[in-house]
Amino acid sequence: MVGEHSSKQYDQELEAIRSKVLLMGGMVETQFDEALNCFRVGNTEQADKVIADDHSVNQLEVQLDDACSHLIVRRQPAANDLRTIMATIKVITDLERIGDESSKIARTAKSLHERGMVSFNHYETVRTISRATADMLHDALDAFARLDGRAAVQIIAQDDVIDHEFRTILRSTITFMMEDPRTISSALDVLWVAKAIERIGDHAKNIAEYVIYVVEGRDIRHSKPAALAANGEG
Amino acid sequence: MTLATMMTQTLSTPAPTSTSKAKTKTIEIAGLDFYYGKTKSLKNVSLDVHDKQVTAFIGPSGCGKSTLLRTLNRMYDLYPGQRAEGAILYRGRNILEPGVDVNMLRAKIGMVFQKPTPFPMSIYDNIAFGVRLYENLSRGEMDERVEWALKKAALWTEVKDKLNKSGLSLSGGQQQRLCIARGVAVKPDVLLLDEPTSALDPISTAKIEELISELKGDYTIAIVTHNMQQAARCSDYTAYMYLGELVEFGETDQLFLNPVRKETQDYITGRFG
Repeated sequence: MVGEHSSKQYDQELEAIRSKVLLMGGMVETQFDEALNCFRVGNTEQADKVIADDHSVNQLEVQLDDACSHLIVRRQPAANDLRTIMATIKVITDLERIGDESSKIARTAKSLHERGMVSFNHYETVRTISRATADMLHDALDAFARLDGRAAVQIIAQDDVIDHEFRTILRSTITFMMEDPRTISSALDVLWVAKAIERIGDHAKNIAEYVIYVVEGRDIRHSKPAALAANGEG
Repeated sequence: MTLATMMTQTLSTPAPTSTSKAKTKTIEIAGLDFYYGKTKSLKNVSLDVHDKQVTAFIGPSGCGKSTLLRTLNRMYDLYPGQRAEGAILYRGRNILEPGVDVNMLRAKIGMVFQKPTPFPMSIYDNIAFGVRLYENLSRGEMDERVEWALKKAALWTEVKDKLNKSGLSLSGGQQQRLCIARGVAVKPDVLLLDEPTSALDPISTAKIEELISELKGDYTIAIVTHNMQQAARCSDYTAYMYLGELVEFGETDQLFLNPVRKETQDYITGRFG
């Protein structure tokens, strides 16, 4: 654990940013859970709430960006402080996108249910990918909160599972559509939802990558998984 | 385990990836101890100062960074009871050996101090004074040398019409650049700067920093500074010292972005208790 700064004010500013990021993380996690729920049960009121919540998430992104620039200009952070601020600026971009994807899911859920076009077990199709992605997002936020580099390495590996699951969903929805063209409209909606979930997995992976950057100072984006694992063990 | 042992481990880990061309070493410091009487104020310091690069020394007051700088041209010789042990190889020769011509050494390794120290004489003579000690130039050659040195120190345009005015009539920032010009005029190999901007305003500081980056094309520079942002801005290598020991030494960007040692991180992030 890193010690305190000689300047208490500096500590407070960093802590204020950190807790706001965690708050934002909690908000998008809830948004995603609720979006999945309204996709499952067709609760249009909940869908409206998810879409409305996106506004608060966006506001937090703006506030945090501002807080980070203020901290940079006032404190000229270095080393781990600098890496934390750099990572924070990037993490909140990913969180904001997760919020966007969740609203997209909520909107699709709303339209799907309002049109009453649920002709096959739509939620079953995305159940596995939803669960895996929700876990991954939760773990990524947890790793960021605890600055746990080892957990982050494992989270990054989970993204392959989600990508694989998405391809499975793609194949199965194509099968549905070929077997019964009347399902095309709803199958496409399900596919958009699956794609949004898969994108959320990508954003969670990015967050895990920033955790490694903060902890170890290594930027492992776009590097080969083998190299990542080898270094991560060491 | 002492800091020194841990330091050796740090230094024996793979060197920071060097992107630039292979660098030659101007000064190699090996196992340097320094004593003020009985007080040991440098403990087994080893590092290399690279050719035509800027090496910065940072650390809290009393960490030995100025002492280290003063050993590099044996400035401490002027004071009784101060002595250095170990080796400082300047271009392959140990300058701590008794037979070294200290005057020639200081001509090769010039120094600029924290407070501007212009001589109470004209701007022209401030520059010419040092040159006359080592070289016998004609009036015309001396004029050229003075102009050259003042241009190197980015002071020429400001003083070219008042070369006969006293050096003391200049502003603090100009005085410090005059001292740098004086140091440059004898065409040294290495310039040692001991907190050269600590008494200057931001604009003069920026000019000196700009000057440092210009001068490093021709000279090897070692700078002691309390201002960490200054070290980050204008050096290629940075050494962090604490209580007379070298804690960490590496490429500046690496040291400020991802230091190896926790002590370094605590200092540069302001967690120094």
